Amino acid sequence: MEAFGLLVYGFSVLLTWKILALMMVGLVLGIFVGVLPGLGGPNGVAILLPLTFTMDPTSAIVMLSCIYWGALFGGAITSILFNIPGEAWSVATTFDGYPMAQQGKAAEALTAAFTSSFIGSLVAVLLITFLAPGIASFALRFGPPEFFAVYLLTFCSFVGLGREEKHKTIISMALGLLLAGVGMDTVSGQLRMTFGFDELLRGINFLVAVIGLFGISEILLTMEERLALRGHAASISLRVVLKVWKEMPRYWVTLLRSSVIGCWLGITPGGAIAASFMGYNLAKRFAKDKDSFGKGRIEGVFAPETAAHASGTSALLPMLALGIPGSGTAAILLGGLMVWGLNPGPLLFVEHKGFVWGLIASMYLGNVVGLILVLTTVPIFAAVLRVPFAAIAPMIVVSCAIGAYAIQNAMFDIWLMLLFGVVGYVFKKIGIPLAPFTLALVLGNRAEDSFRLSMIGSGGDMRVFWSNGLVGSITTLALILLFWPLIGGAFGRLRSAFVRKTA
Amino acid sequence: MAKSEDEIVVGDAPASDSPAVTSTRAVDVGVSLALLAFAGVLAFDNWRTGMGWDATGPQAGYFPFYLSAILAAASVWGLAKELLVRGQASGTFVTREQLRRVLQVFVPTLLFCLFTQWLGLYVASFLLIAGFMVFVGRIAVWKSLLTAFLFSLVMFVTFEIAFDVIMPKGPLESLFGR
Repeated sequence: MEAFGLLVYGFSVLLTWKILALMMVGLVLGIFVGVLPGLGGPNGVAILLPLTFTMDPTSAIVMLSCIYWGALFGGAITSILFNIPGEAWSVATTFDGYPMAQQGKAAEALTAAFTSSFIGSLVAVLLITFLAPGIASFALRFGPPEFFAVYLLTFCSFVGLGREEKHKTIISMALGLLLAGVGMDTVSGQLRMTFGFDELLRGINFLVAVIGLFGISEILLTMEERLALRGHAASISLRVVLKVWKEMPRYWVTLLRSSVIGCWLGITPGGAIAASFMGYNLAKRFAKDKDSFGKGRIEGVFAPETAAHASGTSALLPMLALGIPGSGTAAILLGGLMVWGLNPGPLLFVEHKGFVWGLIASMYLGNVVGLILVLTTVPIFAAVLRVPFAAIAPMIVVSCAIGAYAIQNAMFDIWLMLLFGVVGYVFKKIGIPLAPFTLALVLGNRAEDSFRLSMIGSGGDMRVFWSNGLVGSITTLALILLFWPLIGGAFGRLRSAFVRKTA
Repeated sequence: MAKSEDEIVVGDAPASDSPAVTSTRAVDVGVSLALLAFAGVLAFDNWRTGMGWDATGPQAGYFPFYLSAILAAASVWGLAKELLVRGQASGTFVTREQLRRVLQVFVPTLLFCLFTQWLGLYVASFLLIAGFMVFVGRIAVWKSLLTAFLFSLVMFVTFEIAFDVIMPKGPLESLFGR
């Protein structure tokens, strides 16, 4: 049980007053961010990232990941009490959560949501604890071709498996990769795509783009939709908590199924949103009385919340082990790693043991503390929604600007943020997905470097991507995923033809 | 526990019907054209940088050049889809009422960025929050001024003093010698 020993070591890193205090601060800020519609996990983490610039990496990542857990918990409050998903992945929670609140069972619904979130994350963290070190040590043998193949796999799976229109995913990804290349070329030192602007020499910072795309554009959208909040106040008593917990074991199949779905989708880039819907739909499909879903059934809260948290948490697995984020928020945490001077990838497990195991230990602790915190403080956070949007909106704008400026101390970045805000607003409205853009922007340089290093190594021979079994199968898998819609369609037609023939 | 829950109601009524400004299709086409042009400019720049191979491997422009080609191709695909595949009517991109509200946030944000450049971030933030709360939110003036002042002060203490993150500053801060 090597992992167990390392985990204990991780807890020893964690248990200092300073880190525990930062953890609480992170959780509270995160819940706050999750509750407010118009601010979500990725925005919250991106905006609050500057706070961590002067911290040591371990404190920084603990605080940031706690913001993330907090945001995951907080999203459920708004969806259940107000029928407004604070996060895209909380949409499925509203289907049964809000009807429960209307029937006066808000406390039960909230308890169910928080507890199942906790279970989902716990399963995912266990997975990370025992799987990530193995994957990382396996990945230590990777050379540039293998890494490029893995990047390719990530990009292709977004195109092939995403629900958006294919060309829009490609546009978003190509744009991200291109903007990642602006500035100094890391291999040759040549300048490119700067068009003579000094400000562009630094390149386009990933975090600035994220703050604009998610923060500013979200404010514009929220204002446009003109939220009229109408919801229920609720407080949770110990009696209700115990009652829900006593009922819970009956739904173990749903919980387990949703956890598995969540972990799987979290590791595959695609994210928590798909997971929560899938968890909900499968629970509905396997239920005996399908009609009771959507009318305030507690299982309809368990299923999506478990899946959303399992996937949100397990998205950190590929980020830690391979340096490839599984979700938008994981991509931002990865951006943070680079700011703190760490080099993401499998070497993290060797060179920065304290950091990695401190983070993993904080996932356990953060979720336990987070659960207790949300169960006890719901009324306070629900009251946050009474604050008029006209006061919240400008504060968010200011926080975004502070975040954007702090990254490189550049006024230009504030303007860039504004530009990305407008771009994000338009893209969201015409259905160009932003997650592939985020991922491409953060991985762009490393993908290009690994491609060019492989080319230099092989003397320009593309066959290097099929030069051994490992890299060959990853590359092939990537191509299959890219053309999956075509392949899947062809299979479907073949099968129906076959069925017709035999019938 | 049944009657303990009071309702929380915030915000104003949902938007009434309002004439559309543009259709989603028009914006879609516009964005595709803009992306196509952008891809063209980038492709040209990368071609100039060098998009081929030299002794050490691919040149600096190689990777981005092909990416701009992919971007251009995807934009053309999008254009073709919008223009050739007619059919169901496209939805409204934004109504006049919605556009007005979006501008209500966008214009102050733009002004805020301008003011940040001249007056420093903290003064600009005070002006933005106070102005937005009074004129857009129609919240009482004293509440707005107080909120804006407190928020800016908390930000100043948090970033400049506690976390050593330095923000752009203007004449007011230099008056206090910071």
